[in-house]
Amino acid sequence: MFQDLTEKFESVFKNLRGHGKLTEKNIADTMREIRRVLLEADVNFKVAKDFVTSVQERALGHEVLKSVTPAQQVIKILHAELTTLMGGSEVGIKTASAPPTVIMLVGLQGSGKTTLAGKLAKHLKNRGRNPLLVAADLQRPAAVEQLRIVAEQVGVNVLAEFDSTPVKICSQGLQQARRASNDTVIFDTAGRLHIDEALMQELSEIKKRTQPHEIFFVADGMTGQDAVNAAQEFVRRLDFTGIVLTKLDGDARGGAALSIRAVTGKPIKFISTGEKLDTLEKFYPDRMASRILGMGDVVSLVERAQHAVDEEKARKIEKKLRRQEFSLEDFYDQLQQIKNMGPIEELMQMIPGMGGKAMKGLTVDEHALVRIEAIINSMTPAERRRPTMIDGSRRKRVARGSGTNVQEVNKLLKQFQMMQKMVKRMSKFGMKGLPMGF
Amino acid sequence: MASILEKFKKGLAKTREGLFGEITKLVKNKYTVDDELLEQIEEVLIGADLGVETSLSVIEQLQNHVNREGFNEPEELTAFLKSELIKHLTGSPGEENGTAATDFFNPTIKPFVVMVVGVNGTGKTTTIGKLAKIFHDNGQKVLLAAADTFRAAASEQLEIWAKRAGVDVVRTQAGGDPAAVAFDALKAAIAREVDVLIVDTAGRLHTKVNLMEELKKINRVLGKAMETAPHEVLLTLDASTGQNALLQAKEFKETVPLTGLVVTKLDGTAKGGMVLTVQSQLDLPVRFVGLGESMDDLKPFDSKTFVEALFQ
Ligand SMILES: Nc1nc2c(ncn2[C@@H]2O[C@H](COP(=O)(O)OP(=O)(O)O)[C@@H](O)[C@H]2O)c(=O)[nH]1
Ligand SMILES: Nc1nc2c(ncn2[C@@H]2O[C@H](COP(=O)(O)OP(=O)(O)O)[C@@H](O)[C@H]2O)c(=O)[nH]1
Ligand SMILES: [Mg+2]
Ligand SMILES: [Mg+2]
Repeated sequence: MFQDLTEKFESVFKNLRGHGKLTEKNIADTMREIRRVLLEADVNFKVAKDFVTSVQERALGHEVLKSVTPAQQVIKILHAELTTLMGGSEVGIKTASAPPTVIMLVGLQGSGKTTLAGKLAKHLKNRGRNPLLVAADLQRPAAVEQLRIVAEQVGVNVLAEFDSTPVKICSQGLQQARRASNDTVIFDTAGRLHIDEALMQELSEIKKRTQPHEIFFVADGMTGQDAVNAAQEFVRRLDFTGIVLTKLDGDARGGAALSIRAVTGKPIKFISTGEKLDTLEKFYPDRMASRILGMGDVVSLVERAQHAVDEEKARKIEKKLRRQEFSLEDFYDQLQQIKNMGPIEELMQMIPGMGGKAMKGLTVDEHALVRIEAIINSMTPAERRRPTMIDGSRRKRVARGSGTNVQEVNKLLKQFQMMQKMVKRMSKFGMKGLPMGF
Repeated sequence: MASILEKFKKGLAKTREGLFGEITKLVKNKYTVDDELLEQIEEVLIGADLGVETSLSVIEQLQNHVNREGFNEPEELTAFLKSELIKHLTGSPGEENGTAATDFFNPTIKPFVVMVVGVNGTGKTTTIGKLAKIFHDNGQKVLLAAADTFRAAASEQLEIWAKRAGVDVVRTQAGGDPAAVAFDALKAAIAREVDVLIVDTAGRLHTKVNLMEELKKINRVLGKAMETAPHEVLLTLDASTGQNALLQAKEFKETVPLTGLVVTKLDGTAKGGMVLTVQSQLDLPVRFVGLGESMDDLKPFDSKTFVEALFQ
């Protein structure tokens, strides 16, 4: 994608060198390309248009034209402008001077509010706070039970009653928090459409009664053009204080981030990147800008690697390698760590130059990894530690158990043998920089 | 036909206006096609999530058409756009290729196994609840399989829906093996002489290899319990999803034998244009649309009716 973008701009600027002057057509072409990139990332039409108009002058200013690499200059400016637009003050959660801090979560159906309630509770608990979760979704079947389970997983208090009303339970939650000295209380409200008059009114009522310090609009990061409609209505009704974008662990370009930020003027406080409760991340406007422009995201890649790789294990493996005790079990562990970082294709996309064109023709065979895993899974612990004991009949059994064939098992064992040899050789020179790559 | 259209329109948000409502307004009293008008039309198309490519190509066609043949009345522009879009979206201009919703159901197969898949929060469980009701009302004996063992209270949610629809559920404890639940449920369905088994699965992003492998396994295991199962694999798409919908559908289609789509949350203001692109590019019919959170808010789909309702 990044490659594509650079190439497109380069072709626009190609004929420039000779004349050194930008024609109307050059300008129009460049602007059209920029707009297209944004629209393909799901940025709202109007937002994209305004953005393009506002960067036009800067992006095609004197400095750019004099530069030897005008295409890259334009991208740099775009990136900077996007970053500025999405950034801004007020990150993190406000704390009330007189506790409890009241946080209310709102948004459309299925956007990830209940999951976020759990993530925020965990985030706060890790910082020594003592939050209370309040189940104010009495609409969706088993939503109360869902929040109760989430609270249990995190180990925080929850107020969950089935025969209450959303407004009542929130007021009650606030009182309970005061009594039980919970320093934070989080309302998990039901998902609703912004055009549902009665339900939007209900949120206003909750706000009026409980005076939240923070109201987070929770939006699905995969949302298309409609993002602005919902966001505008929620902000008009509730004047929410912040935005949380969810499901950004997928491959959506996330233009909704720019759209919602632009039409509401509210800061993006967090992004949610997984179903598990420890996947709440700070929002970095520069990374989001890269993502929208399809430029890859090296910082995230590095962070993910750090996150996924268990340092303790890495050290152990290094030791084993030194002593030449590296077994199929360790090999399997390594595989797991790499998988923890996310789909390989996704990781590749984060590396600049690996997106778009560069990726074509180079497909990473994830399925091969899965098969290798299945094969190792079908071995006994003893076999994993001492692969040499896997004779013909054991190979057959492993192949059957893993749904593969004997050839594949043979291949894996052979590769492993070769790796052991290589490791032996390498360890003579000293091993550094684990985990080992593939 | 007219009544379905009425139901459709009623279910669709009151505040929303069909694409062609907006376009008709734009072209009113226009006797020249200038850049401004083209841009406005483009905004309407892109705003409906039809995607940049489709939108731009339709605009280009319009421009060419006008340059070549001119036009007399503004209405001609609307008509041209409409036929152009229908051509893009259904592969053939205005031809009837809608699939009546329950057409896929084959009562001679027993149990008829339906599996519902999709990314997180798109409306799988809700759709299954509504679908169970439709089959139940139709006199079929229905069983549900709670094979989402991951999300907190997912089984409880399905159970509540089952109770509402008056059907049974097979479930396991949280964190259990989803493939095992699916397998057991199908065995039970055979033993209990059930007509329709609907398998609920956990939401998963199409980019997560291990979760997609898990889905493959569920599919495989169903085939073990009954050779021809699953007979129908539905992908739910949230109408508000943007360009990512196509990537989702492609990936799911590669993983399991998808047979149809369900478009949910069309009662909002999102027009769900990407679904039409998905439908035409991947050759997958839309079977149902979700128009709300209540039991009766699942409506059968007919592409021509849908396009009519969307564009009016
Ligand atoms: N992959 C992924 N799934 C998420 C994320 N946040 C929530 N989900 C899933 O999305 C679905 C809906 O979430 P839920 O919290 O119930 O949404 P609510 O209806 O807004 O309360 C569930 O399947 C969640 O596990 C996220 O950041 N990434
Ligand atoms: N407005 C509206 N909400 C829906 C529709 N279908 C599902 N939902 C809501 O979307 C949320 C997620 O639905 P659910 O069935 O749990 O999604 P799943 O995670 O895919 O099983 C719930 O709050 C549902 O009530 C629909 O057609 N319209
Ligand atoms: Mg919820
Ligand atoms: Mg579900």
